[in-house]
Amino acid sequence: MTERLDGPQAPGGDELAAGASPGPAETEPDVARPPATDTNTDTSTDTDADTATDPTDTDTGTAIATDPRPGATGTATAPRPATGHTAATRLSPSPKIAVFFLLPALLLLAAWVIYPIIYSIFRSLFDAAGDRFVGLKNYAAIISDPSMLATLWHNAIWVAMAPLIVTVLGLIFAVMTERIRWATAFKLILFMPMAVSLLAAGVIFRLVYEQDPDKGVANAVITTVHDTFSSSQGYPGARPRENDQAPVVLKNGDVVTRQPVQPGQQVLIPLVGLKPDAVEKATPAKAAGAGGLSGTVWLDVVRGGGGTVNQIDGTEKGLAGITVEAVAGGQVKATTETAADGTFYFSGLSAGSYDVRLPQSNFEAAFNGITWLGPTLITLAIIGAYIWVWAGFAMVLIAAGLSAIPRDALEAARIDGATEWQVFRRITVPLLSPVLLVVFVTMVINVLKVFDLVFIIAPGSVQPQANVIALEMWRVSFGGGGNQGMGSALAIFLLVLVLPFMIFNIRRFRRDER
Amino acid sequence: MTTLTEARHARAIERGLLGRLVDRVGGGLVQVALVLIAVFWLVPTLGLLVVSLRGEKENNSSGWWTLFTKPAQVTLENYGNLLASGFTSSFWNTVLITVPATLLVIGISAMAAYAFAWIEFPGRDAVFLVVIALLVVPIQIALIPIAKMYGALDIFGSIAGVVLFHVAFGLPFAIFLLRNFFVGIPRELLEAARMDGAPEWRIFATVVFPLAKPAIASLGIFQFLWVWNDLLVALVFADTANQPMTKALQSQMRQFGTNIDILAPGAFLSLIIPLALFFAFQRYFVQGLLAGSVK
Repeated sequence: MTERLDGPQAPGGDELAAGASPGPAETEPDVARPPATDTNTDTSTDTDADTATDPTDTDTGTAIATDPRPGATGTATAPRPATGHTAATRLSPSPKIAVFFLLPALLLLAAWVIYPIIYSIFRSLFDAAGDRFVGLKNYAAIISDPSMLATLWHNAIWVAMAPLIVTVLGLIFAVMTERIRWATAFKLILFMPMAVSLLAAGVIFRLVYEQDPDKGVANAVITTVHDTFSSSQGYPGARPRENDQAPVVLKNGDVVTRQPVQPGQQVLIPLVGLKPDAVEKATPAKAAGAGGLSGTVWLDVVRGGGGTVNQIDGTEKGLAGITVEAVAGGQVKATTETAADGTFYFSGLSAGSYDVRLPQSNFEAAFNGITWLGPTLITLAIIGAYIWVWAGFAMVLIAAGLSAIPRDALEAARIDGATEWQVFRRITVPLLSPVLLVVFVTMVINVLKVFDLVFIIAPGSVQPQANVIALEMWRVSFGGGGNQGMGSALAIFLLVLVLPFMIFNIRRFRRDER
Repeated sequence: MTTLTEARHARAIERGLLGRLVDRVGGGLVQVALVLIAVFWLVPTLGLLVVSLRGEKENNSSGWWTLFTKPAQVTLENYGNLLASGFTSSFWNTVLITVPATLLVIGISAMAAYAFAWIEFPGRDAVFLVVIALLVVPIQIALIPIAKMYGALDIFGSIAGVVLFHVAFGLPFAIFLLRNFFVGIPRELLEAARMDGAPEWRIFATVVFPLAKPAIASLGIFQFLWVWNDLLVALVFADTANQPMTKALQSQMRQFGTNIDILAPGAFLSLIIPLALFFAFQRYFVQGLLAGSVK
């Protein structure tokens, strides 16, 4: 929420506001609107009812809410003032008095906003210290330096992904909440991150993305899901003893019995190389029962020393969940898994001699979650946090637009046999398109200036892989870079990027005023 | 004609029965999906709260969610340490920056908006278009020049400098929002006052300003949240003695893992007031959002 949205919402917002005042975004008790059966298509009635107590106490939205049509282009911003122009001229105060009202604002804008733009244009043509004229060299560096190009690329990823995802999610959520009674509560929950500073959001997501599944909730969930579907527990480092007495040996990473074994035999597979702590909670190993081809895989180490090598002593721990294969003639004839006490049992093996093999996969490190904050995923991870912050904004704007769509248009289509998908695709989305455009454009402007989230979430070592223009501008001019020529060039570059939206805003405003 | 209507009716009834069944099942699925999404949105913030309530040792050895099975872990120790470490001064700096910046923006922008809406003067439309153009100007453009200017004026690092920066960059949006509201005020109200010979400043103060309360509430909450939550402006213009909470916390980010017992309670304290404000005034928040924009 620290970023300003600015933007073209003005007129667009007006359109939204049309249906908005009575809309579900507010927490008035009447929010639980009857669902599709609601035949009240005249939103303005709602508006009036809502504001009946005091016609002026309707707020910003209202000036505008006089026009309930969802797709209404314009008129919104100035619905009333055109009346009685002659009277106005007659009664209008002297233009000089305007100076008194405007002076503070114009002074501040001139000195803090307009002068800096002019200053920056000149400053960007000079070197780091500001002594030497370098022409367009700073700009040339922006589009040729490899690390700068990477920075621009990250911004491109942001612009390509974040606005689209936020808008689509907002649309889906807005449509879904139309059908539930607790829509207001849901909207508040999704909207809440907007009140939170991006610094706090950054801290929140640093915690979420913590690598260790015992700390970061994202990896905790992912490893839990992973472990549910894949039984491999992983015993990295476990290996047979390297001497001639050991009944098993290491072969290409697999642990294999030294001698072939026959059904009816009990196979001992003692392993070492694990810290006893690692299996502290495991069940003590047991000898396998007779019959079939059976055996035990266990950690042949007694805590504190002692115990007989290659024999199961009372306190030694069985290794559970290890995949065991019976191999004959190079082919796997049967596969099983060790029980909690380390025993395994092959049933239905035909007579013959087999090698018992524990495949390498048993000894690979357990899945430890995703490296969210590593160089490859960092930008996507930060975009995830951004979506968490902004999806509620998109949802509320779109929901307001949705509530302004005339119900009878939807009903008529349904009665004519249109499916819900057709209604959504052919009627809802086209009628919503002005709102969707406003949300999308607002997000693009916002994303171009993204700074705080990247600065906070990306750990120092991967900041180059997450860098964006706004962050680089701060870094190069204040964060130790000391190059204000380059900083000014980057600021102007950013301004040029938002220039199309500036023109878009002005055009839109002029059209709406007419 | 009748048959067509009848056919429609028949289809509508058929759809009604089938549709109701589909609605039941579909509605249930939607409910479940929305509950999951809501949980998904709440868990990160909950995590921050819980981490802030656990001791350093617990945070290093186990996940915050274990608190729900072992509630005895809850401790206010982190908060105690944070307050003892001088965090309160940055809290007050945040207040000292945010309150004046909000009030000044409201006052200055309301005056300008009044002129744009109700006083005819040459070039009015052109000047207002400039204000609209300034809506999207990124604040990055002003960091270097204003730092120079503050250096010359000897207010670099001071609270006043930070406040003025926020006021200036809050103005375009504020003027735009209020002007759009003001033009909707019934002309007769103003003309009646003008007929009575009331001076313009009194019409502004006693007629227009009171009528605009809802719009001003919307503007106020946005400006407040924007300034309260700002990091970049503080990072550049506030020195250590005058730094707000965001900058104070940012300086702890370098050692994220070891400083989490400062960062988590600090971040949580910094978001309590915005959240309280948000829940208290969310009506205005949403209306302001719909009317114009957010910052």
